[in-house]
Amino acid sequence: MKQSITATKVNDIKWAGVVKSLLSKLKVKTPKLEFKTVFKKFIIPIISILLFIGLWHMGAKALYNIEADYKIQKALTDQGQEAADAMEACILSGDISCQPNTLPSPDQVWDSFNTLIADHKKISADKLEFKEKTVAINEKRKAEGKDPITYTGRPSFVDQIFTSLETVFAGFLLALIIAVPIGIIIGLSETLRNSFNWLIQVFKPVSPVVWLLLVFMIVKTMTKDSNQDSAFIISFISVGLCSMWATLVNTAMGVSSVDKDYINVAKVLKLGPFQKVFKVILPSSLPLIFTGLRITLSVAWMVLIAIELLAQSPGLGSFVWEEFQNGANDSNSKIIVAMFIIGIIGFLLDRIMLVIQNMVSFNKNATA
Amino acid sequence: MEMQIENKTINIPHENGISYPSDRIMLDLRDLKKVYPTPKGDYVVLEHLNLQILKEEFVTIIGHSGCGKTTMLSMIAGLNPISDGNIAVLGNPIKGPGPDRGVIFQAPSLMPWMTALQNVLLGVNRVFPHASKSQQKEIAKYYLHKVGLDGAFNKKANELSQGMQQRVGIARAFAIKPKVLLLDEPFGMLDSLTRGELQDILIEIWNKEKITAVMITHDVDEAIFLADRVVMMTSGPRAKIGDVLNIDFERPRTRKAVLEHEDYYKYRKHLIDFLEH
Repeated sequence: MKQSITATKVNDIKWAGVVKSLLSKLKVKTPKLEFKTVFKKFIIPIISILLFIGLWHMGAKALYNIEADYKIQKALTDQGQEAADAMEACILSGDISCQPNTLPSPDQVWDSFNTLIADHKKISADKLEFKEKTVAINEKRKAEGKDPITYTGRPSFVDQIFTSLETVFAGFLLALIIAVPIGIIIGLSETLRNSFNWLIQVFKPVSPVVWLLLVFMIVKTMTKDSNQDSAFIISFISVGLCSMWATLVNTAMGVSSVDKDYINVAKVLKLGPFQKVFKVILPSSLPLIFTGLRITLSVAWMVLIAIELLAQSPGLGSFVWEEFQNGANDSNSKIIVAMFIIGIIGFLLDRIMLVIQNMVSFNKNATA
Repeated sequence: MEMQIENKTINIPHENGISYPSDRIMLDLRDLKKVYPTPKGDYVVLEHLNLQILKEEFVTIIGHSGCGKTTMLSMIAGLNPISDGNIAVLGNPIKGPGPDRGVIFQAPSLMPWMTALQNVLLGVNRVFPHASKSQQKEIAKYYLHKVGLDGAFNKKANELSQGMQQRVGIARAFAIKPKVLLLDEPFGMLDSLTRGELQDILIEIWNKEKITAVMITHDVDEAIFLADRVVMMTSGPRAKIGDVLNIDFERPRTRKAVLEHEDYYKYRKHLIDFLEH
C-alpha cells in the first residue's frame, strides 16, 4: 500500500515535470506576438474579407434594384399602373414568386449554405433510416445470392462534394501513374525527349472538353457490354488526361536537369542505372516533380467541374449545372455556395500537396 | 642492381629530363591532347602533355586560371573524353570514370537529401558490395571520424557548412580506397582559416593511406605544403607541363616546420617566378 502511494507520488512528480517542460516548450514556441505581426497576419486579411463582402453586398443590391425597377417598368408597360403597384408591393413583401433573379447577396448565399447543410442532414437521416429498414431484407437477399437493395434517393450537396473528390483523386492518380514514369524515361534520354516533345506540345493545350469527347468515344465502345456506370470512368480518365501534362513536363525537366556535380559523383562511383535513378536522379528532381503534381492537382480540380457538367456524372459540376437549369429562386445563391466550396477545397488540396512536398523533398524552401 | 633498374626504365618523351622505372609509376599521361571544336575551328586546350606520377606521391598542379588544369583532371577522372594520347593507371589505359580514381570536387557535391553517413556509404556500397551492412557502416564511420565529423553522421548534407561538407567529400573519396585521388581545387571556395584546417586533415589522412594524389590548386603555399612535386602548367591554349619542382621536405610535415624551413622561400619564389612569366 505504502509502496503504491509512493509510486503514484513519483508518478505525479514525473507528470508535473513533463507538463512543466511541455509548458516551457510552448512558451519558447510562441514568441511574443507583436502588434505589427498581428496586424499584418490577422487584421489585414480580416479587413480585406470584410471589404470584399461589403463590395459584394453593395454590388448585389445595385443589381437587385436594377432588376426590380425593370420588372416594375415591364409590368407598367405591359399591364398598366395597377399591375406595377402590385409588383412593387410583391417585391417589397419578399414574396418568392416575384423576386428579381440576379446576383445573390452574401446573406442570401449564407442562407442557402445553411439550407444545403440542413438538406444534407435530412438526407443522411433518410439514408440511415433506409439502411436500418433494409438490413433484414438485404441479409435475406444476400443469402439468396441477390444484390442488396441500395438507397437511390437524390444525393445531398455534401455527397456531391465527396463524389467530386473521388473523381479528382482517381484522375490525379491516373495522371501520376502515367506522367511520372514517362516523365522519368523521357527525362533520361535526350533522343526520346526530342521525339516526344512535339506530342507534348500539341496535346498540352487541348481543351478539357475535347479530351472528354475523345475519352467518351473510346470508353463508350469499351464498356458497351458491361452495365456499369461509365460516367465516372469517363470523367476521371478525362480529368487525368487533361491534368497530367504539367507533371509530365516537370518530371522530364527535373530529371534532365539534375545538377551535373551529382551526375559526376554517380559516374565516378560507377553507380548502376537502378541506383543512379533511385539514389541520385529521382531525389534530386523531387522538388520539380512535386511542383508538377501540385499543378496537376489544381488543374484536375479546375477541369473536373466542367467535365462533370458535360459528362453528366454526379458531383459538384452537375450540382452547379442542375441548379442553373433549375432556376429556382435560391438556385443562384446555391451556385455561389458551390463556387466558394470549390475554391476552398482547391486551396486545401494545394496546401496538402505543399505539406507533402516539404515532407519528402530535401528542398525546404518550397512555398506557395 | 644498378642494371636492373636501368632495364625497367622506359623511354619517356618527358618535358624535364626525368624518367622513372615503370613499376613505380601509378599514373601515366602520354602525349595527351584535348580539343574543343568551335565554330571558328578547333580550340586546342592541351597538347603534348606528358606527366608521370609515382605511387604514393602527392602532386599539386598549379597554373593560371583557364589553362586547362581542370580539363586535365577531369580527363584523368574519365569524365571528359580524351582527344588524343592516353592515360593509364598502373599501365592499364582508363576506360571512362571509375572508383579506382576518387575525385574530390571543387564544390562538395554531396547529395543534399542524404545524411553525411549515407553520402559516404553510397560509394562504400559500390566498392565493397560483399561487405555486410554493418561493415560498410564501420568503414564510412571511420573516415567520417578521421575528418572530424563524429557528431554529424546523421545530419543532412545541406545542414552542414561548406567546410563540413567538404570534409564529407574527403571522407567519401578516401573511403572508396581509390588508387588515385584527384582533387580539383577542393578548398578554393573556403575561407583561409577553414582551408588551413582542411589541409591539415587531408594531409593527416593521406599520411596514413598514402594514396597517390593529384591536386589542382591556385594557392602557392598550399601547393608547397602538401606536395612532393609541384607541376607547373603553361598558360593555354596548347597548355603543357612547363616546369616541375621537387619539394624535399620530409614527411610528416607540420605547417610551422615548413614555413620555417630555409628552402621554403626558395620554392615559393620559383613558383611565383614561373606564374609571373
